[in-house]
This record gives sequence, C-alpha cells and structure tokens, in this order.
Amino acid sequence: MVTRGFTGRRPPRPEAERLPPGQYLTDDFPVLQLGPTLRIDLARWRFTLREGSKPLKSWTWAEFEALPRTRWKGDIHCVTKWSKFDTAWEGVAFDDLLAAAGIAAPTAYLLAEGYDDYTTNVPVADLTGGRGMVATRYAGEPIPPDHGGPARLLVPHLYFWKSAKWVKGLRFTQKDEAGFWELRGYHMHGDPWREQRFTGD
Amino acid sequence: MALTWQEARITAAAPETPRVRRLTLAVGWSRPFRAGQHVDVRLTAPDGYQAQRSYSIASAPTRPESIDLLIERLDDGEVSGFFSDVAEPGDAIELRGPIGGAFVWDPGEGEPLLLVGGGSGVVPLLSMLRHRAEGAPDVPALLLYSARTSDEVIAREELMRRDAEEPGFRLMLTLTRAPGGRRIDADTIGEALAALGSPAHTFVCGANSFVSAMSDLLVDAGVPAKSIRTERFGG
Repeated sequence: MVTRGFTGRRPPRPEAERLPPGQYLTDDFPVLQLGPTLRIDLARWRFTLREGSKPLKSWTWAEFEALPRTRWKGDIHCVTKWSKFDTAWEGVAFDDLLAAAGIAAPTAYLLAEGYDDYTTNVPVADLTGGRGMVATRYAGEPIPPDHGGPARLLVPHLYFWKSAKWVKGLRFTQKDEAGFWELRGYHMHGDPWREQRFTGD
Repeated sequence: MALTWQEARITAAAPETPRVRRLTLAVGWSRPFRAGQHVDVRLTAPDGYQAQRSYSIASAPTRPESIDLLIERLDDGEVSGFFSDVAEPGDAIELRGPIGGAFVWDPGEGEPLLLVGGGSGVVPLLSMLRHRAEGAPDVPALLLYSARTSDEVIAREELMRRDAEEPGFRLMLTLTRAPGGRRIDADTIGEALAALGSPAHTFVCGANSFVSAMSDLLVDAGVPAKSIRTERFGG
C-alpha cells in the first residue's frame, strides 16, 4: 500500500545493501533492556553450562578470561529497527566453550540466561561454527554494563534480543523452549534478513 | 497470534506541543491493549521503498478501536517528519500491534505506582495514568516528569488537572531549560519516594541517558531493581 505523500530518504546503496528489511542505520549504540543496568561483582561472577538443571561446567571470571579468544567484526540488528555497522567484539566462541568443557552439545537447543533472569532461546546450530560467542570486550574495551558487561551472548546474525546481556550461562534444553520475549509474541528464531520479528513473520 | 499489518486511517490530528503532534488512528481492535504497549508503523513510497518505526500508544487501553500516538518531530526524521508535515486526517498508513509485554501496567499488580518520564518518554506513562484514572483511581501514583520547557510539556493541562482533582495522583514536574531549571536528581527522587511510599512498580521511559541516570538513582535510593521497568528511545 503506497502511503500518500511519503517519499522516504533512501540510504546510499552500499548502506542499503547491508540493511535487512525494515531496518535503519544508527551511529549510536542504543541501549535496550527490561530494567536498570545490572551491577555485577566480578569476584562472584560465574558462567555455567547446564543441561536442564544439571551443571556441566562452570568458570570463574579469571578462568573464563584464560579461555581461547575470538574476535568478530560486523553488523548488528535490533528488532526495534536500528542496525549498527562494523561493531567489534571479542570473547570466547561457543565452539571453544564446548571444547574447554570437554563436551559435545547434549541437545540441539538452549536458553541463554542472564543475571537479571532474562532468557532467550537459540538453536545450537546458530552458535556453532564460529557463529556465536560469549563476548567480554567491545571496541577493545571491557563491555560497559549498559551494553551487557561483563559478559553477553553475541549471535550477530540474529536480532539482538537473542544476544542476552549479563549472561550467566547457557542451559541446553530438549526442545526449543521460548524465552522472555518469545513468550510475549516475538519470533522463536529471529533472522533479520527474513524479518522474523514476531510470531508468524 | 501472528501480528499482521493492517490499514489504519488517521481520523484526527492536532498539535500537542510545538514539537509533538497528536494523531488519532482508527485501528478497530476489539479487545483492550495493555497500557504501555506500542505499535509498529510502516510507510511505503511509490517505488516500494518502506520505512518502519515504533511508537508508544498514549490513549487509554479501554478504547481499543481508536488509538492516539504522540509523535515528536526529530531533526531529519524520515518518518516523524512525514507524520509532522504530511499526514492528514483521511490518510491511511499501515500499522501492526499492540506490541510489548514487559513495559506494561495492569491495575491489580500492586501499589503504589511510580512513573518517571523524560520528554516524549511520558507517552506510554500517559496511557497508564489514563487507565488508572478510569479503572483503578484508588491506586496511589506519582509522575516525575522532566521536560525542557513549559511549552514542551506533553498533556500539560490534563496532568495539572489530574494533579488537582485526583486524590491519589501527584505530578512532580521539572524543567531543565527554564529559568532556574534543574534536572531530576537524588533529592527529587527522595522527595518523590517520601511522598508516594515504596513503589510496587516503577516505569521509566525517555532518552537513553535519561533512563540510565534515573534507574541508577532509583536503585541507589533503595528501589528494588526487579520492580523497575525501562523503555528507551532509539533502542
């Protein structure tokens, strides 16, 4: 449906080609979260892999920082319509977490869990092969608390609500279980290139 | 419960402040939405180019057949510029909603209610206040509202009237760019909490820096982090 009188301001072509449908480019780094920024004491921080309720492996901050590091640079896309180009992250790849734990992924799905009790589901296949990491640095610095530090999940090829802030662990689940936003009508997968914003998209 | 795009006709438009325009849209929803929710709008150019944005609903959820959006004109705003300068009653746009299940308030969730808004961040809080006045006037509520100048206070007359007429509601307005202007600080938060008591729910909405500052002040003042919900522009 053409909107009377709307012409729009098209981004230049190289930019337009990097923007998924319905997104616009921002130079800021907006903050989106349910509540106040969490204050996390690194001395008490733990990151835990679980299968259901059973812990598989847990790391302290110092142990986590000693794991193999991965860098990734690229574009991120928020379901609230902003995209940000060329973001630079560093952390521990999901593949390296499994290797350090000495396990293979026990199921095909998991829920990322935050210290704020936020949850979001991600298929294991979207994290393996270098597609996901637990990031601890952004633009060469520790991730600021507003952006999910000390550690957040990073799954940049999915809408950014999947990249859980203040992540405390990953819980493998038998089936694809909805997390916080998915229970509230947001898409189970969230691929920005297929514009999977809401259930049914 | 897929969210489908629908055509919605603009039935009224009026200036709310020098920078904010009120648009009434006939959406024909048959069930109440929840106070605090938003809609996505989509505009399409003749060549098929589209732009989408999200806007909070300002009106009360009990009249879901028609909603009010209060749209602030942003500098170079591709979509807000259209709504400010081009859109007129009779025009139709595409819209889908209601959206959002976290920044929402329903009466009966406990009291009192603390609302903290910066600039046009007051919009979803207005829906909550209107809902409260109709459905739960006994719930004590306080709105702490920071605007730049008196002219830019959204729904100023209504808020002043509610403050005067509704026993359970108090408005605390701070102006940042008026003579003697100030920002909401720890003292303001302390005054609000002393007047209201410990809030069961706090909703904070505004620009990114405003929401960060306010939620930090609230946590510092002893408000439990889990009782605070935030929503930010551009994010």
